[in-house]
Amino acid sequence: MDLGEEVVALDPIIQGIIQAIELIISGDPEVYRITELSLIISISGTALSCIWSIPISAVLALRNLPGKRVIKGLFNALIGIPTVALGLYLYLMLSRAGPFGYFHLMYTPSAIIIGQCILVTPIVVSFTTSALESVDPEVRTLAKTLGASGMQMDAVVLREARAGVLLAIVAAFNRAFAELGVAIMLGGNIRDLTRVLTTAIALQTEMGDISLSLALALILLSIVMTLSVILSFARRSST
Amino acid sequence: MISRLETVNVSKRYDHLQALDNVNIGVLSGRIVSIVGVNGAGKTTLLKILAGLDTMNEGKILVDGKEASQEELRACSTMVFQKSIMFSGSVYDNVAYGLRIHHVPSRDTRKRVLSALKIVNLESFEKRKANKLSSGEQQRVAIARALVIDRDVLLIDEPTANLDPTNTTIIEQGMKEAAKSHIVLLSTHNLSQAKRLSERIIHLHKGHMIEENDTASFFANPMEERTKLFLDGELNF
Repeated sequence: MDLGEEVVALDPIIQGIIQAIELIISGDPEVYRITELSLIISISGTALSCIWSIPISAVLALRNLPGKRVIKGLFNALIGIPTVALGLYLYLMLSRAGPFGYFHLMYTPSAIIIGQCILVTPIVVSFTTSALESVDPEVRTLAKTLGASGMQMDAVVLREARAGVLLAIVAAFNRAFAELGVAIMLGGNIRDLTRVLTTAIALQTEMGDISLSLALALILLSIVMTLSVILSFARRSST
Repeated sequence: MISRLETVNVSKRYDHLQALDNVNIGVLSGRIVSIVGVNGAGKTTLLKILAGLDTMNEGKILVDGKEASQEELRACSTMVFQKSIMFSGSVYDNVAYGLRIHHVPSRDTRKRVLSALKIVNLESFEKRKANKLSSGEQQRVAIARALVIDRDVLLIDEPTANLDPTNTTIIEQGMKEAAKSHIVLLSTHNLSQAKRLSERIIHLHKGHMIEENDTASFFANPMEERTKLFLDGELNF
């Protein structure tokens, strides 16, 4: 392939990127609707997961429990669970014939939120536990000798580990935001209802609408990268 | 206000190590008492037990003649550790911690924090990040953090190990100030510091109390052979 052929091969990609930028700048309602729904679903899934994941982490890191190592190992192993496998399992649970079919959750944003919060739980638990365990144990002793109660000692450790906890939450959000399997199997990619960035990218690519796919992919990447930059600033200022 | 702290036959074992063996000491308010001894003598263990941070296997601790539980000891004492640990945040946040958790009004907190920082010459450091300070300055913050909560018993473990003379002098002044109205028990293996600051000295060795004496007699006429060897730097670990 000579240089001229390479330029021709790159042309649709460059064209796609230009059109994608135009779509974003012009405020294309479809692009923004999909982005908004993706953010709402992933933020809800992550936040919901934090409600139980952070207390579980605190117990695993700060209390002596029988089988603690096994539980931590299990959560670590579940970090890499394939989203399609989880999606399939939850599909069987939530579908009409499944044990939770009564709630009619299939193909709703709630189903994706449930799936994503289960998906990210091992990430929040594992990362938060290790962040809490990395705090100098003497911090608790110090708080104790300054008159802190048991809860106040835990709060101090959580505060000292906040950069790591924040990392856990951002990593969980990124995983939820960028996953496809759960969103497509439980949401069904229904326009204006359950179509999120990843499912839309897959669909538009299949349909040959590269510019819309690229616009959505650019948004996806920029949100994930912006969060990473904010996180690194937050971590630096928290020390 | 507590005026006397005593240990009665206090013993502590860690697995196969006898950290303390029937230790009996008595400390009065208004003076600094130093615990000296080689590494592994049991100085830190004794301070942790007195601070209510560790348990003992046998014995009891009396506060003004009355046996005190671990919780009661924690309520009347505070400990400054050899390794100064700073909470993240400012110097002010660190010193104010013990007051904030007890919901002391912010106006009173500010007044007390600034007064404690003044004792350790850190008035202008209140907004500085505690983790960014030198080790000497951090140890001064640790002293201020302990002084501000105004517990009757102040237990200080090797506060000036590896510090420069300026920081050492400031910390020693802080301890002297505290000793005017508190029971101050200082663990050190800096003999000149013990001589400068304390009225009485307790010598621990391998968990046993070897000698308790007033400072002048301890250095001039030690009663025990092992104390003489210790003072001459010839006592083995």
